[in-house]
Amino acid sequence: MNKREWPLWEVFIRGAHGLAHRHVGSLHAPDAEMAMKNARDVYTRRNEGLSIWVVPAQAITASTPSDKGLMFEPANSKVYRHPTFFKIPDEIGSM
Amino acid sequence: MSDTHALQSYVLRLADNALILGQQVSAWCGHAPALEEDIAFANTALDLIGQATLWLTYASELDAQGRSADDLAFLRDERQFSNILLVEQPNGDFGKSLMRQFIFDAAHFPYLQGLSHSNDARISEIATKSVKEVAYHLERSSDLIIRLGGGTKDSHNYMQRALNDLWRFSSEIFMPDALELSMTEQGIAPDLANIETKFTRHIHMVFERAGLTLPESSYMHNGGKIGIHSENMGPLLAEMQYLQRSFPGVQW
Repeated sequence: MNKREWPLWEVFIRGAHGLAHRHVGSLHAPDAEMAMKNARDVYTRRNEGLSIWVVPAQAITASTPSDKGLMFEPANSKVYRHPTFFKIPDEIGSM
Repeated sequence: MSDTHALQSYVLRLADNALILGQQVSAWCGHAPALEEDIAFANTALDLIGQATLWLTYASELDAQGRSADDLAFLRDERQFSNILLVEQPNGDFGKSLMRQFIFDAAHFPYLQGLSHSNDARISEIATKSVKEVAYHLERSSDLIIRLGGGTKDSHNYMQRALNDLWRFSSEIFMPDALELSMTEQGIAPDLANIETKFTRHIHMVFERAGLTLPESSYMHNGGKIGIHSENMGPLLAEMQYLQRSFPGVQW
């Protein structure tokens, strides 16, 4: 019997209106339709979601860990790039 | 038979179908062929046991002897269970369990749709809550039947064998006896002929897309509704009721 694995999918769920989809995990499925069903069963049994995205893991281009220095470190000493010096009125809520 | 007793007998049929199938499907937990499928099937079992709990709770409220929902699940004997024969058929291989699930879902979904219009408020309420879960069960099992029926030669053979084996249990749910006719007449139970039409339309569509053919013999078994069960029912109940039978009243 052919024991070949199904392709890997990454699952993103949006928990509430106004929030972005968040990565929640991954799963295996033979195609997008099954991946969606599996995502529903594996990740949304406890009323977590309003919307699900499934993305073939293959389609994601990731940065490599060895590039960390070049990619991120130059920003470390530049606190002024963070908008932390503004007061945000309470009524705005989460940004 | 008093009205309350008749109503309870009818509610117990609904309860026992969900309970026995839930018990059987739960045995796949940790054993299904893929992790995702394992979780999905266990979710189905949980949904069914949840529905059984709702029906049994209602049946216990109607019980003249004041038995609880747990008493009804764990302390009735084989002849007092009124589930259809389909749900007590052995799990067999995964293909057979899926086929059993699909045939049941295809009947269960229109049945619950019908029950959601019951003029018994409690029945209508439970059916309305359950029908959403069962809509998903049916979508999932239909999809898997189409995929596996039209998959490899191996998967096709497994599904065709399962269909050949289980088809003779597919009509019992639609064969009304005096109790069900009276329930339908009172507007408590749905019209079974109407549900069978919906069932037939759906399964024909799915089997055609799956490349599966119905067995030639159209002989249909029945008896489960009045407590006449097949040989698998005894061992099934022995396992399900073991704890309450060995340690009466135990709680955890």
